[in-house]
Amino acid sequence: MPPVAERTLELRADFPILERGAGAPPLVYLDSGATSQKPRVVIEAQAEHLRSHNANVHRGVYPLAQEADEAFEGARRRIAAFAGAEQRATIFTKNATEAINLVAYAWGRANVGEGDAVLITQMEHHANIVPWQVLCSERGAELRYLEVDQRGELSPAALDAELARGDVRLVAFAHVSNVLGTINPVAEMAARIRAAGAVSLIDGAQAVPQMPVDVEQIGADFYTWTGHKALGPTGIGVLHGRAELLEEMPPFLTGGDMIASVELDGATWNELPWKFEAGTPAVAEAVGLAAAVDYLAAIGMERVREHELGLTEYMLEALAGVPGLRVVGPPEASGRGALVSFTLEGLHPHDVAEILGREGVCVRAGHHCAQPLMRCLGVGATARASLGVYNDRADIDALVRALHHSRKIFGL
Amino acid sequence: MDDLYRDYILEHYKRPRNFGELDPHDLEGLEHNPLCGDELGVHIRVKDDRIEDLRFHGHGCAISQAAASIASEELKGMSLSEVGELDADWMIGLLGIPVSATRRKCALLNLKVVRGAVTGDHDWPV
Repeated sequence: MPPVAERTLELRADFPILERGAGAPPLVYLDSGATSQKPRVVIEAQAEHLRSHNANVHRGVYPLAQEADEAFEGARRRIAAFAGAEQRATIFTKNATEAINLVAYAWGRANVGEGDAVLITQMEHHANIVPWQVLCSERGAELRYLEVDQRGELSPAALDAELARGDVRLVAFAHVSNVLGTINPVAEMAARIRAAGAVSLIDGAQAVPQMPVDVEQIGADFYTWTGHKALGPTGIGVLHGRAELLEEMPPFLTGGDMIASVELDGATWNELPWKFEAGTPAVAEAVGLAAAVDYLAAIGMERVREHELGLTEYMLEALAGVPGLRVVGPPEASGRGALVSFTLEGLHPHDVAEILGREGVCVRAGHHCAQPLMRCLGVGATARASLGVYNDRADIDALVRALHHSRKIFGL
Repeated sequence: MDDLYRDYILEHYKRPRNFGELDPHDLEGLEHNPLCGDELGVHIRVKDDRIEDLRFHGHGCAISQAAASIASEELKGMSLSEVGELDADWMIGLLGIPVSATRRKCALLNLKVVRGAVTGDHDWPV
């Protein structure tokens, strides 16, 4: 076994949900790619905010309202610093989907027109496909796809060839694929895109929870992610944008809080980041997410990556011992995020997930909101085991045992 | 014995009855299970307002495939108006296993396809 796999974190005790289920099989949670579990500090931070500091933000002058302001804007400061982004260019949204839609509407409708193209990839989540389909069909622009090769990777030469056509206005792509696990060379891609005069949007929903991400260093024009996959609450997502681009963009949603002043016949917009945050934001959720990134930062994202890389290596090796199991995506752990999608001959992924679930092993089965990619791979569905900071080797062992058991039930 | 994956369910899954194509056919249908990307189609031959013969095709989990296989044997010879009256309880009863809320769509996919082909109603709530 590679020595790196020995150095796993021991954080299970920080996650109350993993202790549940007296009488039931212990929870083996391998669906962090869908949503992560929450450490006690996140649950407590959110509850404490609601218990002791709750007021609406950006409005009140009384001390409690100022506490709420400080909690909310303090959360933004910590979250921006965690991702290496500028505070005023860090915008809170409902989730990553809304963050991508914000760019597709506010930037896209002002900058993409007839004869232009938007380039995405075959490995995108529906959240990074459909907003661009709608934009392109509305504006008479062309939507093109970068191909995924047999290893589950993108080709830099194909990107260059697309950019050389001269009509690409924006390229949107995942940092880490939620199906293949592929880690894309985001900094290199962002540099090529900018050199060609186009704008980049990187979907970091799967990357931020499991590896060091520095938006400034990557050189992304837009970088989106979501709180609930990164140990934080649901209902809060993040858009980091380049401030110059955000300044020029019209608002997305309109209403309260995003205005400077409103007259009977019009309004002027607030400054960044509030121009893009209409209505009362998810204050307690922002506080919870800030506690989550503090927790991750205290572990150190290098250590988180090392932990998950080690477990991914261990998982790939263990899964290779299950007869009829085929892994999709890059063969080596080093090119992967902490997830493995697979098919099992003679068993549909839904049946695999059902039988595993009875043994307390939680995996995802289906198309993972990536139907175009599934068609490329020539599979209807896969099962996916994805890892978090709280997983250990015992979880992988339980997965493999349950897979053997599934085959047995099916008479294989 | 496994509650859900009983021997006869696995037997129908591995060797589904009335699967394949049927040409020529009078009616056809195709439905997807958006949850898992599964796809099930049907070809139906009609004689005297009754299902003379039918074949399912597509791919899916053990529950959806076994349900289609089991239903296919009952559907043969049924009048089209009877088919239009079939409901979820009929299918779940035929399957004879406890079907959880999440697997209900799998169990009922074949009935949705057949009803769609026979009645033209594709909005049957599953």
